[in-house]
Amino acid sequence: MAGSTLASPSAEAGAPAAAPAATGRDTWRRFRRHRLAVASSVLLGVMVLGVLVGGLVWPVAIDEIDFSAMLQGPSPQHPFGTDDLGQDLLARMIYGGRISLAVGFAAMLISTLVGVAVGALAGMSRGFLDSALMWLTDLFLSLPQLPLLLLVIYLFRDRLKEVFGVEGGVFVMIVAVIGGLRWMPVARLVRAQFLSLREKEFVEAARAQGAGPLHQVTRHILPNAIGPVIVAATIEVSAAIIAESTLSFLGLGFPPDIPTWGRLLFDAKDHLDVAPHWALFPGAAIFLTVLSINFIGDGLRDALDPRRVL
Amino acid sequence: MHRRLARPVGKAKAMRERDLQHLIAGVRDGRVSRRAFVQRMLALGLTAPMAGMMLAQEGIAQTADLRAAYKPAKAGGGGPLKLLFWQAPTLINPHFAVGTKDQEGSRIFYEPLAAWDGEGNLVPILAAAIPSRENGGVAADGRSVTWRLKPGVKWHDGQPFGADDVVFNWEYAANPATAATTAGSYKDIKVEKIDDLTVRVVFREPTPFWADAYVSTVGMIIPRHLFKDYVGEKSRDAPANLAPVGTGAYRFAEFRPGDIIRGVRNPDYHVPNRPYFDTIEMKGGGDAVSAARAVLQTGEYDYAWNMQVEDEILKRLEAEGKGRIEMYYGGNVEFIQLNATDPWTEVDGERASIKTQHPAFSDPAVRKAMNLLVNRAAVQQFIYGRTGRATANILNGPDRFRSPNTRFSFDADAAAQILEEAGWKKGGDGIRAKDGKRLKFVYQTSINAPRQKTQAIIKQAAQKAGIEMELKSIPGSVFFSSDVANPDTYPHFYADMQMYTWNMTQADPGVFMLQYVSWEVATKENKWQGRNVSRIRNAEADACYRAAQGELDLVKRAAQFIRMNDIVVAENVLPLLHRAQVSAVAGKLRTVQGGWDNSLAFLAEWYRET
Repeated sequence: MAGSTLASPSAEAGAPAAAPAATGRDTWRRFRRHRLAVASSVLLGVMVLGVLVGGLVWPVAIDEIDFSAMLQGPSPQHPFGTDDLGQDLLARMIYGGRISLAVGFAAMLISTLVGVAVGALAGMSRGFLDSALMWLTDLFLSLPQLPLLLLVIYLFRDRLKEVFGVEGGVFVMIVAVIGGLRWMPVARLVRAQFLSLREKEFVEAARAQGAGPLHQVTRHILPNAIGPVIVAATIEVSAAIIAESTLSFLGLGFPPDIPTWGRLLFDAKDHLDVAPHWALFPGAAIFLTVLSINFIGDGLRDALDPRRVL
Repeated sequence: MHRRLARPVGKAKAMRERDLQHLIAGVRDGRVSRRAFVQRMLALGLTAPMAGMMLAQEGIAQTADLRAAYKPAKAGGGGPLKLLFWQAPTLINPHFAVGTKDQEGSRIFYEPLAAWDGEGNLVPILAAAIPSRENGGVAADGRSVTWRLKPGVKWHDGQPFGADDVVFNWEYAANPATAATTAGSYKDIKVEKIDDLTVRVVFREPTPFWADAYVSTVGMIIPRHLFKDYVGEKSRDAPANLAPVGTGAYRFAEFRPGDIIRGVRNPDYHVPNRPYFDTIEMKGGGDAVSAARAVLQTGEYDYAWNMQVEDEILKRLEAEGKGRIEMYYGGNVEFIQLNATDPWTEVDGERASIKTQHPAFSDPAVRKAMNLLVNRAAVQQFIYGRTGRATANILNGPDRFRSPNTRFSFDADAAAQILEEAGWKKGGDGIRAKDGKRLKFVYQTSINAPRQKTQAIIKQAAQKAGIEMELKSIPGSVFFSSDVANPDTYPHFYADMQMYTWNMTQADPGVFMLQYVSWEVATKENKWQGRNVSRIRNAEADACYRAAQGELDLVKRAAQFIRMNDIVVAENVLPLLHRAQVSAVAGKLRTVQGGWDNSLAFLAEWYRET
């Protein structure tokens, strides 16, 4: 084996780090340089913390109707104002945020995992499996989503409700449906990356050194393909939050009295002229969540990119 | 804390027949105004159309003031009239109309023999006069009614309109193979041509309410010469289904289903100096709030139909000064049904089967408590505002509560006490239960902001009394569809409670109250076509209905319906609001509308002030 090492010194020089993937410390150092990503992480952290423990700090009932306080702007009693039934918006946002964020992250996780798995498998295998998986992807892409959703909901809604309860059942269903119908772009992205990366010299080198397919994928190809995947995944979070509100709008999502952020926005739209706060707070929450996740994704891509030298 | 909200008490007492005859005589010789008579009858619990019919039957001529309000001195010259219907018509053959939207679309081109005005009087359109006992139109035995037709009326293609057309519409709609939605009004009658301008409608039984066929929404008449080859199975193939030729004030120009209907002025219209507008456009799509904005805020349209919008929003839009909200009360009622059957047990492939009983609502105490938990006054005050009136009656008229015997109040504490006394004790989770049955209800309705708010208000009150409530909202297009395979439609009623509006356009209580008779229960067997959706079965209510249907004396008949109303509201039906037909109208447009007929029933009388 000694001869082969000597024969290609230049290949080693092309990848200066000892390992192709950056170490944890390096990643953190690079991530830190991305100021916006750091700020976004703090913001997202605050929001996640807010919806998780906010209920303890602000223990107001989400459905306390008060006709004497309808459509009020922010005030000490109601920091975020009230809706048209005099219900406290801060309490509703805290409660709804838990659901919206959970739906977003869970659906993102599912679609990304499925997408990466399918894409990697297709990208690594040559021949029939690749084609078959891409046919499957095309099939899913061509499925009309709304009728499919209706079908899934009519088939499984009551059964899931029995197992997980009203909110739990809808949560599982929505996450599965959104995640299960949005993995295709990720799969194609990953496959395309794999097709180009697996022919690169460093992968060939690894192969020449006897690395098995799994090792090639996890140590060499995937870390190099992870950038676009992370960006796609961050977009998935926002898409899932928005898809959830679409479903609520169609009456297929959570019951109407569960104030997810999308539902709050939907309810607020008719009162935009006199009660803009009602739409602004959940709108801003969705906006900031999506934006901060995108920046974090940006930072992570930079940090995880092994080709980037900082 | 007791928050009792007393309802206004109807001041009517039972009126003796003699008094009534006296009153009618008063109208005849002018001592009592027509309007005053109708008001008295409303207080008695009659519907306005019934009161109008009582006068008609006694031969008291209809007032013609409806047409007197029309100012323009000539037809045409009014430019375009732009109507916005956020639910767009999908077909414009009146005999296939699935909902009000289709009837309204058809009404631009087609006309009935007579229409209901806002006070519940019949107004002749294609008839020369309204039949009555005095003019010999209504037979004394109640078995037939003779219509004389207006002479000189022409179809839009120039063909003359006559008795053959009227008879044909009966043959067409009564044929089961035609599958007309109006079949119910035509299948049990026989229609004979007397001469070219006279037809007689013959009933099988003595029929107190004869103004059903050929009147109002189900009465629009289609031309025989264009439809005669399309009776029965071929009915859907008629080219005129999509390109109507009627007698109305506007001729057909264009129709794109679900999108737009266009028409142009009919120069040969049979009422002089009408219509005022040169063209008409009915645009569909969007939602109620944006439709209201298009009229009241941006002024893009002249008229928007069916404003199912919180009154707060309407008031704000009205304040912009571009238009106004018009409200007309008919008999429409927003109500909650408590399922009499068990929606969670499947029997012979069907839930909510009449072989079951609801585990909780079969206990009268629970129903009574539920009634006390509905804060009608708040729903009216904070959601519907001017567009609805809190009511304890299912049978409502234009102006006040019908039955004087009913009350409503909101009292969560009393409700809790009733439940407590009936043995429904609170469990560890705060939810009441008895014999292992928990008070947990699924409460469904269509997606519509006012309805979701009502749900929230009722849910909160119920929670305080120890009742858990799961809210469900279903898109209107699903909830109100007649899809047999879809479990989420309102006739399936696969929920404990549901809320919607039951429309009472044109009908007298005869059709309306069918929803509470035992032989009309919606079941799998009748493909959920039965009208009794709440599945209430009460022998006494049945008896009232049967007695009313055979009763030719309109006063006695009304008394039966009042009793029936009192029985059903004590059972599984919680009336909420008497709702108006609400529309948004541009500032200078003058409309003629009423709560008892389509909004466009008197379209020919509309004009714009200059």
